[in-house]
Amino acid sequence: MEKSPQTATATNQNVTKIMKKLNLALVGACVLVAQTSGWAQMLINGAGATFPSPIYSKWFDEYARIDPSVRFNYQSIGSGGGQKQIMAQTVDFGASDGPMSDENLAKAPGKLLHIPTVAGAVVVTYNLPGAPTLKLDGSTIADIFQGKITSWNDRRLGALNPGLALPNTDLVVVHRSDGSGTSYIFSDYLSNVSKDWETRVGRNTSVKWPTGLGAKGNEGVAGQVKQMPGTIGYVELAYAHQNKLPSAAIKNSAGNFITPSLESITEALATAKIPDDFRFSMVNPPGEKAYPIAGATWLLVYQQQQDPEKGKKLVGFLEWAVTKGEAMGSALDYATLPSQLQARVLERIKTIKY
Amino acid sequence: MNTAAEKRVQARPGVVFPRAIGDRLFKWVTLLMALSVVLLIVLIGYELAHGSALALRKFGWRFLTTSDWDPVNEQFGALPFIFGTLVSSAIALLIAAPLSIATAVFLTEIAPYWLRQILTIFIELLAAVPSVILGLWGIFVMVPWLREHLFPWLRGSLGFLPLFKGPIYGVSMLAGGIIIAIMILPIVTSVSREILRSVPGLQREAAYALGATRWEVTRIAVLSYAKKGLFGAIILGLGRALGETMAVTMVIGNTPQIAASMFAPGYTLASVVANEFTEATSDIYLNALFEIGLVLLGLTVLVNALAQLLLLTFSGPRAQA
Repeated sequence: MEKSPQTATATNQNVTKIMKKLNLALVGACVLVAQTSGWAQMLINGAGATFPSPIYSKWFDEYARIDPSVRFNYQSIGSGGGQKQIMAQTVDFGASDGPMSDENLAKAPGKLLHIPTVAGAVVVTYNLPGAPTLKLDGSTIADIFQGKITSWNDRRLGALNPGLALPNTDLVVVHRSDGSGTSYIFSDYLSNVSKDWETRVGRNTSVKWPTGLGAKGNEGVAGQVKQMPGTIGYVELAYAHQNKLPSAAIKNSAGNFITPSLESITEALATAKIPDDFRFSMVNPPGEKAYPIAGATWLLVYQQQQDPEKGKKLVGFLEWAVTKGEAMGSALDYATLPSQLQARVLERIKTIKY
Repeated sequence: MNTAAEKRVQARPGVVFPRAIGDRLFKWVTLLMALSVVLLIVLIGYELAHGSALALRKFGWRFLTTSDWDPVNEQFGALPFIFGTLVSSAIALLIAAPLSIATAVFLTEIAPYWLRQILTIFIELLAAVPSVILGLWGIFVMVPWLREHLFPWLRGSLGFLPLFKGPIYGVSMLAGGIIIAIMILPIVTSVSREILRSVPGLQREAAYALGATRWEVTRIAVLSYAKKGLFGAIILGLGRALGETMAVTMVIGNTPQIAASMFAPGYTLASVVANEFTEATSDIYLNALFEIGLVLLGLTVLVNALAQLLLLTFSGPRAQA
């Protein structure tokens, strides 16, 4: 059946009307959706350290399921950037592998809290025939990395490793060339165990290395060490573990040789002296079974939050992170906070005002 | 709605758009575009100077003449980085310039047509390899090969020169230079090829008519005609070489020192910024890194200016001839 031209026009007009109404409804719906999502999904921004970035991502992911009203955005731009951005208040929280200096804390517009989250360790790795487990102590490592021990058959290495046939080859040091928390922990440890290192080199995310080759990143150091016989370097525990690199047992302050593991780091955290502001160094702690080259990483938040809504959500997240979140640490090769420290951190989180 | 559009259509032929205005507009728009490039560089320079104010005040000219780079004691001197940047770029040019120009000559003068196409595609593919991939290849393939084969051979045959003395680690100034050479090869080759292609066919025909051999034609009629342009292609490569960062930092050994041996590790300006910027927390340290950026910008401008000067003296006699 054919439609007459008139009815066709009428239908057309009807269609236009319906379309208009639909359009209106669509626009309305869009506005509504935008409003509710803007209202319901609060965005909390953070930036900083790269070392804890895998576990932070995991936390934000998991936490989104627990509290869907909040979304976290974390940019791992490095500890320096994390400190700068939280000081400039361009992010809601910062993250750093080293505690902030007094100078920087004084410059921040409000009181910043350090919230320790997880800890990692630095292992000494090397390329020797047969990949034996080397035993080293602090002063020997300091002398190796200062270029004072230049051959593998050095008397002192032999004394620490009786029964181990060390080759008569040159010892080549490989260190990180990029600024990193790993270098901070390592140089912090060496400064702690060697006066000579402390005065000549000191501790920082990058230092003036007295000897050796600089390689970029854990992968760069590991690559150099793997390829070149006679090299010795240091990498993060998680990296060494995942790539099955040989790692030295280090003599701790109790006189025991400890191989790096998550347990021996948590033990270090438990026995380290931790001040009230949580700006602590945990290298060379007194624990019997503590691995001596370890360090924590921190979240940086203002005690007085500007935005009450955001502050409340942030506190909720922090409380979850240091309790439930901690349990996810070991799967990702992070050492978790021991229970006494966890309780102290929770106390501190409760002092955040919003 | 319809009527408005109709009016516009009707109005169009009525508007007389003087050609002079169009030309003037065109001139101003292009001038503006060109000026925006200048403005961008000036702004970058200003920002870098602004960001490095503390270091500029504290170290002054000492920054350029001292070799101490100590973030712990906050003493900063850029000399080893300047040295590393200049030397690694020089090595890169020494390798890449003859290789690129020879390749371009082969592509335009000698190779059969089908081979030109294939080779060109490969050269352009090389340009598409990301810096970090080249760097990883450098660490895992090139450096071990250099350490086990090329470097021992060089030390054995040329070891009497201070350039090829000392312990061999693989990662070194020479490795850095080689990787930069690989990175600038495609651009220098491509530009050289275009320049050689623009040499008029008459030039070649005239030389052939005089009984010149293929080599003579290439040397007299093509290369000497294109000399200025080829030099420009090399300068373009040099600009890239000075700023190469990622791949270089992975193979150069990152040790701020001034060593005569090409086997010794070095460090470049761009590398130290890339390496240390993210974790620098103290103000003076950050300022020093900004100043490194400023020095790199200054060095690039200086080297390019010198190259232009050289080009002027180069083209002088040709203009007379």
